[in-house]
Amino acid sequence: MPDPSSGTRKWGMVIDLDRCNGCEACVVACRVENNVAVAGADECGKGRQAYWIRVERYWHGEFPNVRASFMPILCQQCQNAPCEPVCPVYASYHDRAEQVNAQIYNRCIGTRYCANNCPYYVRFFNWFDYWFDPVVPTINVAYTNPMRMGLNLDPRRNQLNPDVTVRSRGVMEKCTFCIQRIRRARLDVIKQGGFQSADGIEHVKVPDGAVQPACVQTCPTGALVFGDLSDPESAVSKLATSERRFRLLEELGTEPVVIYLKELRP
Amino acid sequence: MREEPVHISDAQINEDLTRSLRRPSLLFVLVILALLVVLGVGVILYVYMVLSGMGVAGINRPVQWGLFIASFVFWIGLSHSGTLISAILRLTQAEWRRPITRGAEAMTVFTVAMGALYPLIHLGRVWKFYYIIPIPDGRGLWPNFRSPLVWDFMAITTYLTGSLLYLYLPMVPDMAVLRDRSTGLRRQLYTLLSLGWRGTEQEWRHLHRTLGVFMVVILPVAVSVHSIVSWDFAMAIAPPTWHSTIFAPYFVAGAIYSGLALVVTIMWLLRWGFHLENYLRADQFNNLGKMLFMMSIIWFYFWFSDALTTWYGRVPAEFETLRQTILGPFLPFFVTMILCNFVIPFATLGFRRVRTTAVGFVVSLLINVGMYCERFLIVVPGLAHGRLPFNWRDYAPTYVEIGIIAATFAGFILLYLLFTRFFPAVAIWEIKEGQLLRSTRDVAGVKLPTITRTE
Ligand code: SF4
Ligand code: SF4
Repeated sequence: MPDPSSGTRKWGMVIDLDRCNGCEACVVACRVENNVAVAGADECGKGRQAYWIRVERYWHGEFPNVRASFMPILCQQCQNAPCEPVCPVYASYHDRAEQVNAQIYNRCIGTRYCANNCPYYVRFFNWFDYWFDPVVPTINVAYTNPMRMGLNLDPRRNQLNPDVTVRSRGVMEKCTFCIQRIRRARLDVIKQGGFQSADGIEHVKVPDGAVQPACVQTCPTGALVFGDLSDPESAVSKLATSERRFRLLEELGTEPVVIYLKELRP
Repeated sequence: MREEPVHISDAQINEDLTRSLRRPSLLFVLVILALLVVLGVGVILYVYMVLSGMGVAGINRPVQWGLFIASFVFWIGLSHSGTLISAILRLTQAEWRRPITRGAEAMTVFTVAMGALYPLIHLGRVWKFYYIIPIPDGRGLWPNFRSPLVWDFMAITTYLTGSLLYLYLPMVPDMAVLRDRSTGLRRQLYTLLSLGWRGTEQEWRHLHRTLGVFMVVILPVAVSVHSIVSWDFAMAIAPPTWHSTIFAPYFVAGAIYSGLALVVTIMWLLRWGFHLENYLRADQFNNLGKMLFMMSIIWFYFWFSDALTTWYGRVPAEFETLRQTILGPFLPFFVTMILCNFVIPFATLGFRRVRTTAVGFVVSLLINVGMYCERFLIVVPGLAHGRLPFNWRDYAPTYVEIGIIAATFAGFILLYLLFTRFFPAVAIWEIKEGQLLRSTRDVAGVKLPTITRTE
């Protein structure tokens, strides 16, 4: 069997801001796919909500001539990621195989340094145990929910995606480009014998479009496109050369692989 | 206040400097009890935070580091001057250092101890803290040596060990004095700690030589510790105003400044508390006050260089953070910082009357109020008002943070008070040595100094 991690690839995403209408379907899809916890209204009010992809809304102009613009922001999967070197325990690390910035939850000790050093604010800390009953149920008065007391009656447990870890309190989490889907697609290719051999190394080539993160799959306007940037024929590569392209906070030198498209209006 | 040293008999020195070791007053006991209560409340709050989650503190996204980290920088900063000042003054053979060294060294040990608690307190999963320790294991999994937090861990453990030894070494001769005049359990303790010291000439030579090495070695360690703490911030590119090359010297200057102020505070309290008027004299407070005066100028110079560059450069994110600091929601802290760190010390400490009276004590306290604000302003605004305005959010600490931080203050005072109960807060042998150095002998009608040079 070939090494599923072999071969060159560079997963990337194009976000067409001219298409996004701010419906936030991507946010919901991501939450469901990746077991992102619902923090509750109180916690949201304190800035503790988690959403691996969010839609930032900005207003332009003065009333009544206002226009809203929307900007979906997820982990930019920086190729020179500032969140990686600062982690003292390698919980935030660069996955060589998939060329994505990954997070090992059970390695994380919760210094929150990576979140400080992410210019895009896409790293989310688990301030409490959002899914499970705490060790001592009554001590957790700050996050009380009658459903969580005593028996494990919380119905949200039934919606958990078995492919994704549920994070405990005290660890950092973030968008993984739905790495569970990428890995599954790669194994599917191997199962069907669809790997090519070049220069003695067996490359597993996932066909363009075979992997779609949940947000991309859900976006009704087709604003999000995902694929392999190292393959010049992929849909994402073709879009990425558009003259409308820019990358967020590019001046910081983080080399994101999330590429935004936006027509400049005078 | 008396300026020149008076001659005090050896018996009187022993009597004066071991006074704090005898039966404590009722007030002392009450203070200890009150401190224990504050400490206990803090421990309970901490356990509560560990069991339920960091969310009970006020930190949020994007202000992931709040008062805990500000306090961490504050404590490590305070620790700076103890060993530094004692080492520098010993190296330069400044005679007026003699009553100060012990108290300053002890201050360093206890402030580092409190500072070292914070990286643990603020960890999301403190029960896994040992992941940061480089323990060889079968999986070949090491900590990430590129992370300033790992440097921090190593620097602080080195500094704590070093300053503890630097406190203990010059205490050995005094332990022998105490061993010879105590009974019971205390005698056993001092016997153990005095390492069989008899005061032979060879032992003194060894002590002086070891101290000589330590003084030189502890200086770069002290400077590196605070530089590394500053690199926790300066190595991060994301929060505006953190990524600054001046941070290391700026932090070191601030650390020396706040540490010196605490030395002054403690010296006044020792003088009043243990009636050490003949030892901690105007001479000491005058010189320390001059150093504080100088540090206030240096501190302002560093702060101003950093702020001016940011202001003039007009890099949007950094400029906005600075504007928020100076004119925005952080205005009260900013005003307190500038007043307490620069305006008041600069305006008052130039006068001898201030330096050598209780006003100097008040100013030294104010300086540390200002320094606490400074630490807070370094950590929080850059996080709260970052590059993507959609995510801006302010920060207010909760009672949990405040309770835990109060407990570390209580812990420091408690440790220091207990220290004075068991060990002389002024080095007995250093005072006696100083007297001997000053004294003269009649030799065939000519007055000659008793000793030409010891060190
Ligand atoms: S966007 Fe943030 S979390 Fe994602 S790789 Fe870049 S620095 Fe890390
Ligand atoms: S689902 Fe698509 S259109 Fe809706 S907010 Fe997300 S990116 Fe925009």
